[in-house]
Amino acid sequence: MTDYNFAYLDEQTKRMIRRAILKGLAIPGYQVPFASREMPMPYGWGTGGVQVSAAVLTPDDTFKVIDQGADDTTNAVSIRTFFERTAGVETTTATSEASVIQTRHRIPEEPLTEDQILVYQVPIPEPLRFLEPRESETRKMHSLEEYGLMHVKLYEDISRHGHIATSYAYPVKVEGRYVMDPSPIPKFDNPKLGDMPAIQLFGAGREQRIYALPPYTQVVSLDFEDHPFEASKADHACGLCGATDSYLDEVIMDDQGGRMFVCSDTDYCEARRAAGHKGKDAA
Amino acid sequence: MRPLLSVQGITKRYGAHIGCADVSFDLYPGEVMGIVGESGSGKSTLLNCMAGHLPPDAGQVVFDTRADGPKDTITMSEPERRMLGRTDWAFVHQHARDGLRMGVSAGGNVGERLMAVGERHYGDIRGKATDWLERVEIDAARVDDRPTTFSGGMQQRLQIARNLVTGPRLVFMDEPTGGLDVSVQARLLDLLRGLVRDMGLSAIIVTHDLAVVRLLADRLMVMKSGRVVEAGLTDQVLDDPQHAYSQLLVSSVLQV
Repeated sequence: MTDYNFAYLDEQTKRMIRRAILKGLAIPGYQVPFASREMPMPYGWGTGGVQVSAAVLTPDDTFKVIDQGADDTTNAVSIRTFFERTAGVETTTATSEASVIQTRHRIPEEPLTEDQILVYQVPIPEPLRFLEPRESETRKMHSLEEYGLMHVKLYEDISRHGHIATSYAYPVKVEGRYVMDPSPIPKFDNPKLGDMPAIQLFGAGREQRIYALPPYTQVVSLDFEDHPFEASKADHACGLCGATDSYLDEVIMDDQGGRMFVCSDTDYCEARRAAGHKGKDAA
Repeated sequence: MRPLLSVQGITKRYGAHIGCADVSFDLYPGEVMGIVGESGSGKSTLLNCMAGHLPPDAGQVVFDTRADGPKDTITMSEPERRMLGRTDWAFVHQHARDGLRMGVSAGGNVGERLMAVGERHYGDIRGKATDWLERVEIDAARVDDRPTTFSGGMQQRLQIARNLVTGPRLVFMDEPTGGLDVSVQARLLDLLRGLVRDMGLSAIIVTHDLAVVRLLADRLMVMKSGRVVEAGLTDQVLDDPQHAYSQLLVSSVLQV
C-alpha cells in the first residue's frame, strides 16, 4: 500500500461526493453541484470521473478504464495505474469482470449488469450551454422545464445539413423531465443509456457537477416527428473481428487512401477474435 | 367589454429615486396605447414592470388569460408568467439584437417560440417561419441566413415576426423604430399598423417619437418624472395638449 488514503481522496471528500451521487440518483438527470477537488491530472483528462470512481470504489472492486472504447490509450492506462497505486484494487480489461468501469466517450458493447457501475467523464455537463451562456438562465430553464431551445439547435442542424448532424453528446430527456448531456458518447450509444441495468454516474470536475441515471431509467433522445432520432455508425464491418453491430473507428493506413474500420471497443473486438471470428483485414 | 389588461397603481422605486409612480389604466382588446415622455421619465420602467421583466414595488397588472380569465400577473407563479411571455404576450425590444439570437438562422429565430410551446414537426415549423418572413417582407430565400447578415430594418422586422408567430394577443414595444432611418421607419410603421389591424392585436408602445404614436396609437399617456401627467385619445392629446409638459413636447417637434 501507499501513504495515500484508500483511493487517493480523504474520507470527508468521499462522503461529500457520495452525498452528491445519492442526490443525483434521486433526481435522475439533475446536475448536482459538488466541491470538486484538485486532482493530480489536468482538467479535461477525467478529473470528474476519477473523483466519482474514488468515491464509489471499495477494496473488493475490480476496476476497468476505457478511453474512446480502448483499454490501452494514455488516458485509460494512466487512470488505471493511478487506482492500482492509490487504492490497490484489482484491474481488468474484460468488461464482464469489472464491477466499476470508468469511461471516456463510449459505452461498452457488451451489455452491463445490475452488479456494475459505469462512471462517465464529462467535459461540459450543461446541454444548453452553447445556446444560452448564462448559468443563472440555464438553471431557471431546467427548473421550469423550458427546453424549446434544445430543439432550436436540432432545427439549425437540419436547416444547414438536411439532417440532424449532431453525432455525439446528443441531448436526451430523462424520465420525461430533465434534458441531459450524455457526455460526448457517439449517438450510436444513446439507445443503451435507457433501461440499463447498471448504475450510470456522470462526473464533471472542472464544471463541478455530478449527475446520474439509476438502473432502468427511461432515456429518450430528442428529435423531430419528421426527422426521428437515428443511432448511426460507419456502414462497414470490423476489419479485425468482422462484427457488424459494434461502433467503429476509421483508421488511416497509408497516404494512398488506404483505410480500415475497427471496433472502438478493444475488449469486445479481442474477445470476438479469441472466439474465432475473423474480419477481412485480419492478418 | 372586459379589459384585456388592467394596470392599477404600478409603482417602482430605485432607492429614493422614483422609477414610475401610481400608474393606472385599462387596455381593451384591439386597442393600441402609446406612452410618450422624455428620457428618464419612467416609460421603460413601466413597460418592464407590466411585461414581468421587473418586479414593481406596488400595484397590480391584471391580464385576461384565455384559460382562467382575469389574473394578476405580478402574483402569479413564475412558470405561468413565463408561459404567458411566450404565448399570449410578445415583447419587441428597441435593439433587435436584444430580442434575437444572433447565432441562430432567421428560421430558427422565428421557430423558437413554436418549439418552446411544444411544436415538434420540422416541416411545419419551417413552413410557418417562411410564411412569417414573407409577412414581414423578408425574402423567404433568406430563411437560413443569420440575422448578423441582415440590415437594421430587416433585423427589426425579423424580431417582430419572431414575436408574432405564436399569435399573441398583447404586444409590448419599446421604441420599435429607434435607431432606424426615416424611410425604413415609415415602412416598419406601415407594416406594424397592418399587422395590428389584421390580427386584432392590443399593443403598448413606448416611444419618444410623436409621429409613431400619431400613426399607431388609439390612446396616449404622457409621462414626466415617473408620473402620468396627461392621458386621452391620441388626436386629442396631440392637437390640444392641456398640461404644460405635453404642450412643450408637442411644440418641440420639428416641422419640415
